[in-house]
Amino acid sequence: MTVPWAAEAPPQTQPITQNDDVVRSRQQVRALAQECRLSLVEQTKFITAASELARNTLVYGGGGEMRAGLVERHGRRGVAAVFADSGPGIPDTELALTDGWTSGGGLGLGLSGARRLVDDFVLDTEVERGTTVTIVKWAR
Amino acid sequence: MAKQVSPRGPVELLTTDREKVTADWIDTVAGSLQGRISRAEVDRELRELYGALVEGLREGGDDTRGESLSEARALLTELSRNRARQGFTPSETAISVLALKQALEPALRNDSADDTTAYLRLARVLDDLALFTVEAYTRTREEIISSQAAQLMELSTPVVKLWNGVIAVPLVGTLDSARTQVVMEKLLQALVDTGSEQAIIDITGVPAVDTQVAQHLLKTVVAARLMGAECTVSGIRPQIAQTIVALGIEFGDIITKATLADALQHALRASGVDLVAHQGVGR
Repeated sequence: MTVPWAAEAPPQTQPITQNDDVVRSRQQVRALAQECRLSLVEQTKFITAASELARNTLVYGGGGEMRAGLVERHGRRGVAAVFADSGPGIPDTELALTDGWTSGGGLGLGLSGARRLVDDFVLDTEVERGTTVTIVKWAR
Repeated sequence: MAKQVSPRGPVELLTTDREKVTADWIDTVAGSLQGRISRAEVDRELRELYGALVEGLREGGDDTRGESLSEARALLTELSRNRARQGFTPSETAISVLALKQALEPALRNDSADDTTAYLRLARVLDDLALFTVEAYTRTREEIISSQAAQLMELSTPVVKLWNGVIAVPLVGTLDSARTQVVMEKLLQALVDTGSEQAIIDITGVPAVDTQVAQHLLKTVVAARLMGAECTVSGIRPQIAQTIVALGIEFGDIITKATLADALQHALRASGVDLVAHQGVGR
């Protein structure tokens, strides 16, 4: 998916290689969501989704990076975040997006829950190559 | 020493056009700081430094770690500390020294071999001193970071007694595995120490509840239950409630409340305390 980044502000990159980076990505996304004037509920949803995906990038992808910024399409503004890792990839995306299924020790709701928390959700993965997840939340 | 050996050493290079050199130097530094420090202050700092540098070079030559330049080093330490505290970058700190090299360049225009040698000697001294400022800067930043880390640890997780048999943990900030472990240990210990049967975990101060935070909370509640205590989670704000639903997290039969007050009322009722309003006192 090509992300329609807003022209005036290029997306910022945040490496995700340790636990603190999850907090940092969350703070970065929070600032963007506020700048985009999302409502409090939508801010919280987007931040939570970003938090889930950042942690997945770290725990399952073995580290990677997040690019986040404002987006614009047909005059609508929104926030987008792209999480990319070059980890093992996801062999069965349908299974991975099933509620309650986890390959680690979590609740198994991170990926599927994140999809429900945002407007656009694109999962792009290839085994042995890595995973890229793009999420967008549009301002109402 | 420099004075006798060579007629135009670093000291002479520095002092020949004294006013012009210092003015250029101060201009460059003040420009790079973009008005975040007043020009008068830069002026004072750099003139003091200039004086100490000239004195030091005149007395003992080029040894930047030696006795003669100790005053210049002390001034630089002071300057680096201030810059670090005021949030300037290492480059913005080091430029205070390095800009002097730039200010001295016009003196090289007359192609004198003596001047070039003097400039190179001085440049080496200034490079050393610039490295010294970066070191001092980093040391200060490290001190700031470690004192903040200590303050953060003090902030974390007190267990408070709200009533006989009712304790609460107000959680603030990010809940990671390490902190949950601390919270859980403190809570369980407090249950034993106070003989409480009601525990309240308040998450008003937790900015985002994702699956990891929820999982940690659930584990803490289950552990408290195993010890025979009833555990309530309070401080669920509207946006958090909607996010938890969308994520699909099940809190099962765990009691949750919107505010700490509601949770306290519930806990009191469960432990058999009746709250009675006096007649005629309330409005």
